Amino acid sequence: MSEKFLVGLDGSECCQRAVAAALHQAQASRGSVVLSYVIPWSPFTFSTAEENALRHKRREEELARAAEQLLIPEQRRFEAAGIDCEVVARHGHPAKTLVQLAREYEVNMIIVGVIGDTPLKSRFLGGTASTLIQISPCPVLVVP
Amino acid sequence: MPTFFRSLLTLMALALSGTAAADQPLTSGLDERIEALIAPGTDWVEKVILFRVPLPGSDAQMAFVVLWLIIAAFIFTFYFRFINLRGLAHGFRLIRGDYNDPRAAGEVTHFQALATALSGTVGLGNIAGVAIAVSVGGPGAVVWMMLAGFLGMSSKFVECTLGVKYRSVNPDGSISGGPMWYLSRGLAERGPALATLGKVCAVVFAIFCVGGSFGGANMFQSNQSFQQIVGVTGGAESWFADKGWLFGLIMAFFVALVIIGGIRSIARVTSKIVPLMGMIYITAGLVVIGAHIDQVPAAFALMLSSAFGVSSVAGGMLGVLAIGFQRAAFSSEAGIGSAAIAHSAVQTNEPVSEGVVALYEPFVDTIIVCTITALVIIISGVYVDGNGMSGVELTSEAFESAISWFPYVLAVAVILFAYSTMLAWSYYGLKSWTYLFGESRSAEYTYKTLFLLFVVAGASMQLGAVIGFSDAMILAMAFPNLLGIYFLLPTVRRELDRYWAKVQAGTLPTWRENLRRQRS
Repeated sequence: MSEKFLVGLDGSECCQRAVAAALHQAQASRGSVVLSYVIPWSPFTFSTAEENALRHKRREEELARAAEQLLIPEQRRFEAAGIDCEVVARHGHPAKTLVQLAREYEVNMIIVGVIGDTPLKSRFLGGTASTLIQISPCPVLVVP
Repeated sequence: MPTFFRSLLTLMALALSGTAAADQPLTSGLDERIEALIAPGTDWVEKVILFRVPLPGSDAQMAFVVLWLIIAAFIFTFYFRFINLRGLAHGFRLIRGDYNDPRAAGEVTHFQALATALSGTVGLGNIAGVAIAVSVGGPGAVVWMMLAGFLGMSSKFVECTLGVKYRSVNPDGSISGGPMWYLSRGLAERGPALATLGKVCAVVFAIFCVGGSFGGANMFQSNQSFQQIVGVTGGAESWFADKGWLFGLIMAFFVALVIIGGIRSIARVTSKIVPLMGMIYITAGLVVIGAHIDQVPAAFALMLSSAFGVSSVAGGMLGVLAIGFQRAAFSSEAGIGSAAIAHSAVQTNEPVSEGVVALYEPFVDTIIVCTITALVIIISGVYVDGNGMSGVELTSEAFESAISWFPYVLAVAVILFAYSTMLAWSYYGLKSWTYLFGESRSAEYTYKTLFLLFVVAGASMQLGAVIGFSDAMILAMAFPNLLGIYFLLPTVRRELDRYWAKVQAGTLPTWRENLRRQRS
């Protein structure tokens, strides 16, 4: 069975290095890749009635934007290198959602960048990478 | 109606000249002049809508609309076999997210819909409303308020179920729901005669909802937050004491920032601070109650014994009951129809699930918050010699007797509650306004300008005149709303039975099961 890698993208410079690492790993093991983007979201936040009314539409816009601007361009790079590549965008808690995706796509390894797109948050609350290391069902490759 | 608009225009002119002449002595009477202009109109509205019917077997009277609300809540409670009790456990699991669909992550959850609806209702209705009930009707009024809150849970259940069932997706992709839609679309399903009735009910509802958004959700809020500011800055000697119009202008400015300036970040911040203030209020209430825990049984005993009539209230038990029921209607807005607008954007395929979640709204804002406020007021004893204090002043005084600095916190909380209620209702009112006049920029700006004028008017007037008008406009929404709902009851019953069978058979997919299905 060939290796399957899940890459967590966040639009930062660091995640570019994670993508490069994934490309390298996938080529070396003739494996496939799942590129993912998690839009931070919690079911327990407070919002206004107006925001709620527009939520359904906004959600679809957010998912479409993630796919068009981030995931599809990267997917082309992988396909150009002859690697099988799926893409997925999802709302949720970043680390928990990555774990969920890892189970869903039955991957062998999760690859993420160490720095999230909000450095302050990752410093005080523990970043996605450090949470992921503790709850992941499979090995995690954290790229600096 | 023309006189009404003429007085509005004059008010606008007055407010503008008032800012220009702020340092001239004549402005001290500006509040009185605004009141003199508006009061005849508001008194008339109050008299027409809050017409009173004598209660049999006593000399007590009750506003017919309050009777209308309570009878409906009573009927719904029995028709849906005490859904307000049997739905609570399941409702809690829904709010906790047990039945959320992982594929719908990013959509409006049950928790979010409930929190949004609550931020529109928790506030002055519960804090000032209880104080008004206690000072006018005695401690016993609170018992009836709680009973009305309990029955009102069934009304919320029906409204919010219908709100989700008949919501519609607008061309711009936003979701609209609420009485305007369930009255017109729901009744249309039941034949041509009822379709006309539904259309009429929807239009009348929209008119009253606009009125309610100017009255109880606006004038009353700005009036009470002004009273609180005057209270903490030195009472009658306060520099603010005769400058209600100035406070009104400041408040109107901040409302304008969001509704006209489109500064959403303020609305977003408010929607996060308000729940926090709610927590602080409840905690402070529990601290005061905890410190006097030995007096709590006596306080409950006093409430119960005076619920069946006290000498100071005309009409004995029914007199007390009438006051309690009216304040409860204003506090929980159950049967009024407003909440259905806020609840209808939730992500679910089962309208009943949101109805069950909505049970928690009156439960939190009328049963929990009101009981806490009432206990604090009764334990402190301030209502006995209240020196004519009523509304939020009385609540503030009660808290002050236990926590000396709390009035300052309360002042901030009251203003924030008032502010969030205004923002929430400006949305409800706008939805109704555009339902009546169509979606256009000029229609929207007309509504928003009127809304801001009422903020100023509310702060400038005496509490009595404001309460009458505010109660009238908000309560009037119950006429078309409940009338239409009676015809939709069988629909809701079918939905409920179908849904409840699933819940009891355990076939309603939980979050975990959804996740597993998604994986395989």
